[in-house]
Amino acid sequence: MSTETPTSAIGDVEGVSPYGVDNPAPVIEPPRQRTGKTPKGSRTNFEMYAWLFMRLSGIVLVVLVIGHLLIQLVLDGGVSKIGFAFVAGRWASPFWQVWDLAMLWLAMLHGANGLRTVINDYAERDNTRFWLKMLLYTATVFTVLLGTLVIFTFDPNIR
Amino acid sequence: MATPTLDKTDKAEAGFADTPYITATFRIRRFNPEISDEVQWQDFQLSIDPKERVLDALHKIKWEQDGTLTFRRSCAHGICGSDAMRINGKNRLACKTLIKDINPEKPITVEAIKGLTVLKDLVVDMDPFFQAYRDVMPFLVTKGNEPTRERLQSPEDRERFDDTTKCILCAACTSSCPVFWNDGQYFGPAAIVNAHRFIFDSRDEAGEQRLEILNDRDGVWRCRTTFNCTDACPRGIEVTKAIQEVKRALITRRF
Repeated sequence: MSTETPTSAIGDVEGVSPYGVDNPAPVIEPPRQRTGKTPKGSRTNFEMYAWLFMRLSGIVLVVLVIGHLLIQLVLDGGVSKIGFAFVAGRWASPFWQVWDLAMLWLAMLHGANGLRTVINDYAERDNTRFWLKMLLYTATVFTVLLGTLVIFTFDPNIR
Repeated sequence: MATPTLDKTDKAEAGFADTPYITATFRIRRFNPEISDEVQWQDFQLSIDPKERVLDALHKIKWEQDGTLTFRRSCAHGICGSDAMRINGKNRLACKTLIKDINPEKPITVEAIKGLTVLKDLVVDMDPFFQAYRDVMPFLVTKGNEPTRERLQSPEDRERFDDTTKCILCAACTSSCPVFWNDGQYFGPAAIVNAHRFIFDSRDEAGEQRLEILNDRDGVWRCRTTFNCTDACPRGIEVTKAIQEVKRALITRRF
């Protein structure tokens, strides 16, 4: 459209528009607007601890994960050495048990908290948020518990 | 707008160098609920001095081409904060953006700021934005009797929050924040900046209360440090830094 059409460009492309002065079209509202009725804070420090945990666990995970990847995939023959015997040998030492346990817990909680943030950011309806978070927490608890159980009850003589 | 070249009619002959006027295209996102529920991009061509501002171009369009074009502006000099809009995909004040600075060779897109309800053309509903502002108590709170003289403050204490006093509440920062786009419950950068202005004011006594409000689920911890707000601020406030300072104050308060 150019300067030759001074009238509004919005309009009745297909004849009569159903909207008028007394009958305006619905406006598109952004998700979850703040109003006077927005509930006041819960007065807990949970969000602060979650934020701090992300930073601290991130630093520790850099060391744990890069070390883990080096040992598993690069040093001493690389990935081909990994087998039942290799894992059994490592978990015989409490040091590697603690290493793997810390990595499991930190990575799971770090990832779960990140996903919680994503759900809080993007899930629009309260119900959707609730159920997505429940699914997330269930999966997290299951994985963490199962992993912990395996690390502590691992039996190298199982055949 | 009265320049000596105004009478020159034959622009093609005069050449680009002789006249300051150029032909620029403004692609404006139009919405009028009284006509249609559809949004439409409309192009306006006008010859304008590139040293003029986008607001001047909008005025020219409204006064000379299409009177239905709707936008907010009050002071038109970058103080009132009425005319924040998304120009070429970036939040700016139309009254502080020169046309020559935003490449008038290509069509210049102008649309309403994001994350707030568009009411008509470039006008948005600012109520949720000001609700967040109200919720951080943007006023001086003190205990005890009022002093008979002014409340004294050292230049150093004043300097502490000088940056955040510059806010004009134009909503350019808040409406550039991706967290705010997705969840309007987030306080948004502007509210945090205005809380910062009082939290770090040595005369104020409700800093603790404001920190408590921003410690909430929808407070500073939702900030993703994307720096969109700092980029958008027409007053050059280091918005993300202010948010980080509130975070640090919260953490050091606990430990």
